[in-house]
Amino acid sequence: MWKRWVGPVSSCKKWLFNETFSVQGGNFDDAGRISGNIKTILKEMGIGNDVVRMAAVITYESEINIVSYARQGMIRLHMLPEHIEIEAVDEGPGISDIRLAMQQGWSTATDKIREMGFGAGMGLNNIRNFSDIFHISSDVGSGTRLKMIIHIQQEQDR
Amino acid sequence: MNIETIVQALQLSVKSGRDRLGVEVRGGYVGDLLSDVMANSREGDLWITRQIHQNIVAVASLKDLAGIILVRGAEPAADTLEKAVRENIPLLTADLPAFEIAGRIYQMIGPRKA
Repeated sequence: MWKRWVGPVSSCKKWLFNETFSVQGGNFDDAGRISGNIKTILKEMGIGNDVVRMAAVITYESEINIVSYARQGMIRLHMLPEHIEIEAVDEGPGISDIRLAMQQGWSTATDKIREMGFGAGMGLNNIRNFSDIFHISSDVGSGTRLKMIIHIQQEQDR
Repeated sequence: MNIETIVQALQLSVKSGRDRLGVEVRGGYVGDLLSDVMANSREGDLWITRQIHQNIVAVASLKDLAGIILVRGAEPAADTLEKAVRENIPLLTADLPAFEIAGRIYQMIGPRKA
C-alpha cells in the first residue's frame, strides 16, 4: 500500500520543463490557480488527459494543504521524457505522525476549513492514490515535503 | 443529453456558462467534500452541491466537469459567480434539494456509460 520514493532518475539530468510556483498560506480565494496553470502547461505540452487529470488532483490537493496549514510553500513541476515529477514543499507546522496523517478521515483542520468542504482527511490519500510514486517527509516546526511521480504512459484510465 | 435539456426539464436557472449548455452530460456526482469530488467525479459529470464558495469553480475546471448545480435555493457567492463567468463554467441553481435533482437527472440520463 505504501509507495516509496525511489530516488531521482540519474540518467535524466536535464528537465524538459522545470518551473516553481509559490503558494501563500491562508489564501483560499486564490486556491486552485496554480493547479490550473499546471494543467494548462501539461495540456499545451501534449500530455494525455489521464495524466493531466492525475496531475490536477495532486497539485490541487497539495495547494490546498499549503493554503490550509502552512505559512507559505511552493509547488515545483518537473517534466522528464517519461515521467512528471511534482514537489510540494511548505514552511509550516509539519506533521508529527505521518502514518496517522495518511489515515483516511484523520485531519487537524479548523472549522473554517471544514465549512468550505476541505479538511475531510482525504487530501494526502488523494495525492498518494493519484501518484505512481509518492513520498512524504516532515519536520515538526519547520515544514512538510511531498514528492510525487506520474509516469507519462498510463496503461489504463483511473 | 446536453446541459440545456436538463436545464429545461428541471427548470434550473443559468448563472454562467450560457454558451456551454450544448455540452454533453456524461454522468453526475453529488458531494460537498471537495476532496471527494476531486477524487471521484469524472469528466463530463454534472456536479450537485451545496457549496457556494469560489473553490467549486476550480474543482469543476480542474476535473473537466460539465457544470455545477447548486441546490435547495443556494446562490453562488459573488466571487464564485465572477470566477465561473471568467472560466466559462456552467453554474446552475435549483430550488429542489440534492436528492430530487440527482434522482431526476438520473432518470433522464441513466447510468454512466464510460
